[in-house]
Amino acid sequence: MPETAEPAAPPSAPRGRLTPKSITIWTLVGLVGAAGWAMLALSRGEEVSAAWMVAAALGSYAIAYRFYSRFIATRVLRADKNRATPAERLDNGVDFHPTDRRVLLGHHFAAIAGAGPLVGPVLAAQMGYLPGTIWIIVGVIFAGAVQDMVTLFFSMRRDGKSLGQMARDEIGPVGGAAALIAVFAIMIILLAVLALVVVNALAGSPWGTFSIAMTIPIAFLMGFYLRVLRPGRVTEVSVIGVALLLVAIVAGNWVAESSWADTFTLSPGALVIWLVVYGFVASVLPVWVLLAPRDYLSTFMKIGTITLLALGVVIALPNMKMDAVTDFASRGDGPVFAGSLFPFVFITIACGALSGFHALVSSGTTPKMIQKETQVRMIGYGSMLMESFVAVMAMVAACIIDPGLYFAMNAPAGVIGDSVQSASEAVANLGYSITPDQLAAAAKAVEEESLLSRTGGAPTLAVGMSEIFSQVVGGHGMKAFWYHFAIMFEALFILTTVDAGTRVGRFMLQDMLGNVYKPFKNVSWKPGLWFASAVVVGAWGYFLWVGVHDPLGGIYQLFPLFGIANQLLAAVALAVATTLLIKSGRLKWAWITAIPLGWDVAVTLTASWQKIFSEDPKIGFFAQRDVYAQAIDDGKVLAPAKNMDDMHTVVTNCTVDGVLSALFAVLIILVLADATRVCVKAIRNPAETRLDEAPYVESRYVAPAELWPTAEEKAELAEAGLGSEGGLRKESAGAGSSS
Amino acid sequence: MNRPASVRGSAARFRRFWRELSGEAVYDRYVEHARKHDPCAEVLSRREFERQRTDAREADPREGFRCC
Repeated sequence: MPETAEPAAPPSAPRGRLTPKSITIWTLVGLVGAAGWAMLALSRGEEVSAAWMVAAALGSYAIAYRFYSRFIATRVLRADKNRATPAERLDNGVDFHPTDRRVLLGHHFAAIAGAGPLVGPVLAAQMGYLPGTIWIIVGVIFAGAVQDMVTLFFSMRRDGKSLGQMARDEIGPVGGAAALIAVFAIMIILLAVLALVVVNALAGSPWGTFSIAMTIPIAFLMGFYLRVLRPGRVTEVSVIGVALLLVAIVAGNWVAESSWADTFTLSPGALVIWLVVYGFVASVLPVWVLLAPRDYLSTFMKIGTITLLALGVVIALPNMKMDAVTDFASRGDGPVFAGSLFPFVFITIACGALSGFHALVSSGTTPKMIQKETQVRMIGYGSMLMESFVAVMAMVAACIIDPGLYFAMNAPAGVIGDSVQSASEAVANLGYSITPDQLAAAAKAVEEESLLSRTGGAPTLAVGMSEIFSQVVGGHGMKAFWYHFAIMFEALFILTTVDAGTRVGRFMLQDMLGNVYKPFKNVSWKPGLWFASAVVVGAWGYFLWVGVHDPLGGIYQLFPLFGIANQLLAAVALAVATTLLIKSGRLKWAWITAIPLGWDVAVTLTASWQKIFSEDPKIGFFAQRDVYAQAIDDGKVLAPAKNMDDMHTVVTNCTVDGVLSALFAVLIILVLADATRVCVKAIRNPAETRLDEAPYVESRYVAPAELWPTAEEKAELAEAGLGSEGGLRKESAGAGSSS
Repeated sequence: MNRPASVRGSAARFRRFWRELSGEAVYDRYVEHARKHDPCAEVLSRREFERQRTDAREADPREGFRCC
C-alpha cells in the first residue's frame, strides 16, 4: 500500500501562522512542482526537457520539507529546543562538540552521499524515467528522509548510540544479533557490487586505469604531507591533491596514446586481482597512509562534481530521449535487471529514495555534534532531500543519452555480443535502434575502445555527464576529458569505500571472533587483523570474481541482491524507529515510520520471494539453477554460456545467490517478529515500558533551527551576544532571557 | 564607507566556516576546550594531536564511515 496520508495538509502550525504572503509563495511552489509532474507524466512520444524533472523534484521537496518534516519534528518527535543535546552535555571538544549546523549539514551530506544514488537510477532507467523518478521523489519524502531524521533524533536522545546498539537495547538480543549479521552481509555484497562497477568501468581502458592508479601515489604524498610535513593542513593538501588528480586525468590520455597503453589495458580478471590485493593492503596499512588522504580527496571531488552536475543540468537543461515508461516495466524481461516494476524498481533505486546505510551514519557521528534538537529536521531530512536530488540528476544523465546507446552499454555481454554489429542487432531486438557506426562514434567521442556492455551504471552516468558538461564547457572536444573525469570521480570514492568498508567488516568480524578466541578482541593484534582482513577481502573478492565471470552478467545477477540487502537494513532502522515511537507512547504517530516500513517490507519480501521461488528462470535463482543443471545433465550448453565450465559457473552462482536471498529474508522476518513482540508488550503494558533515553537537562545553548534564522531567533542570538553560528548563553545573562 | 570592513568581516566568517568544514579547526577547539577548564593545562602539540586523531580511526573504523 503506498502512502495514504496527504502530507500537504499542514498541521495547525503552532507558531508560524500562514500569512497571505506565505500562502501565495507556497501555492506558487506547489504549482511549479505540479507543472513539472504534469509535463513528465502526460507527454507522450516527444522529448521532455529535464527542466520539468528538476521542477517536479524541487517543488515536491520544498512542500515536503516545509509541511511534512515540520509536522514530524514538532508533533511526532516533539523536538525540544530547551533540551540539551549530547553535544552540549558531553562536550569534550573532540567527538562530542556542538557544531555549526551548516558545517554539520555539510559533513552529514558528505557522509551519506556516495556511489549508490548515482548508480541505482541509471540501472532503473531501463523502465523509463517516470517510475524511477516517482520512487526517488515520493520515496525520499515519505520513507528515506523520514528514516534518516527519526534515526538521527532517537540516536541523539541516546547520546549517539549506533543502530545496532539501539536494536539490541530496545528490541532485544535476537533482533540485535540479526541486525548485526545483516550489516555484515550487506557490507560484503555492497563492496563486491561497488568493486564490480569499477571493474566494468576500467576494463580495457588504459586512460581510466592509469588515472585511477595514479590516485594511489597521490594519496601517499598527501598522507606524508599531513603526517610529517604540515599536520592538519587539510585545505592545502587537498588543493595539491585535486590539482594532481586533474593532471592525472589529462595524463591518462597521453598514456593511452603512448607505448605504455598495453601496460594499463587490463582484462576484467586482472582488475579483480589488483582490486583484491589493493583492498587487503589498503585495509592493513595505517589509516594515515592511504585512507585519510583519500577520504579528503574523494569528499572534495564528490561535493565538487555533484555541484557541477547540478549546475550543468540546470544550465544546459537537456532533453530526455528515453521513454517515460518502457515495455520492460510491465514485461519484466529487461536486459539490465530482471523482474517487473514492482518490486524491482524499488530495490534497484535504494540510495536516493530509501537507504538503510544512512541509518548507520545518522546513528553515530552526527548525533554527537548537533547543537539543538530542532536541527534534526534540517540535517536529517534536509540532507536526504539533497541526496535524492543527486539521484534525480543521475536519472537525467542516464535518460538524455540515446536509448539505443543506453541498452548497448547496460545489457550484459551475453546479450550484446562483442562487436558493434552484434550490439546493434541486439538493441534492435530489444525494440530500440542504433547503428554500428553510431556505437563506434560514441566510443570514439570519449576515446574508449568500446562502450559495449559497460554495465554497472558508472560509465553510462559518465557518458551522460560528459554530454551535459560539454554542452556547458568545452564543447564536443572536451567530451573525452569529462567522461574520464566522471569515471575518475566515481572510481575514486568507490575505492575509498572499499578500503573503509573492509575495515568496518574486519572490525565486526574481529568482534565476533573475539567471543570464540579472546585475542581477536584486541583489534590491534596483528595476526588477528591480517586474518580478519583476509577473510573480509576474500568474501567480497569471491563475489567480485564470480560477478566478473558470470556468463549472465555480474550486475544483472548481483545488483538485485545488493538492493534487497540495503532495503533490509532500512527495514531494521524503520523497525527500531517504529518500536521507539510506540515505546515512548506515540502509538498514534507510529504510522509515520510504520507505513514506510510496511512498504519496504512488502518490496523486500516480494523481491526475495520472487528471487527464491519464481518459476521464471530469468528471475528466480533456483529456477535458473534447475534449467542449467538439467542442461548439464543433458550435455547441452545454453546461451549465453559458451561451454560446460560456464554452465557450472551459472549453477554455482545461482545457488549462492539464492541462498543469500533466503538468508536476507529470514533476517528481516526475525527482526520484524522481535520488534512486533516488543511493540505488543509496550502497547499492552505501557507502565512497565522502559526507555533507554538520556535524562533531560535544560539547554543553555542558543542556535537557530534552520539554515536561515527567523526574526525571533535573531533577537535571541543578539540578546545572548552571539553570531549566527550560535553558542552557549552566558551564565549571568541566563536569568533574564526569554524563550 | 564601511564596505571594506564588511568584506573583511565576511571573508573572516567564510574562513572560519571553511576551517570548521575541513576539520582544520578541530585542534584549536581542543586547545580552547582544554584551556577553558585549566588555563595552564598541558596541551598536545598540533602534530601529536593530529596523529592521535587519525590513529583513533584505526581503533574503531566505524567512526567516520561513509555510505555507499
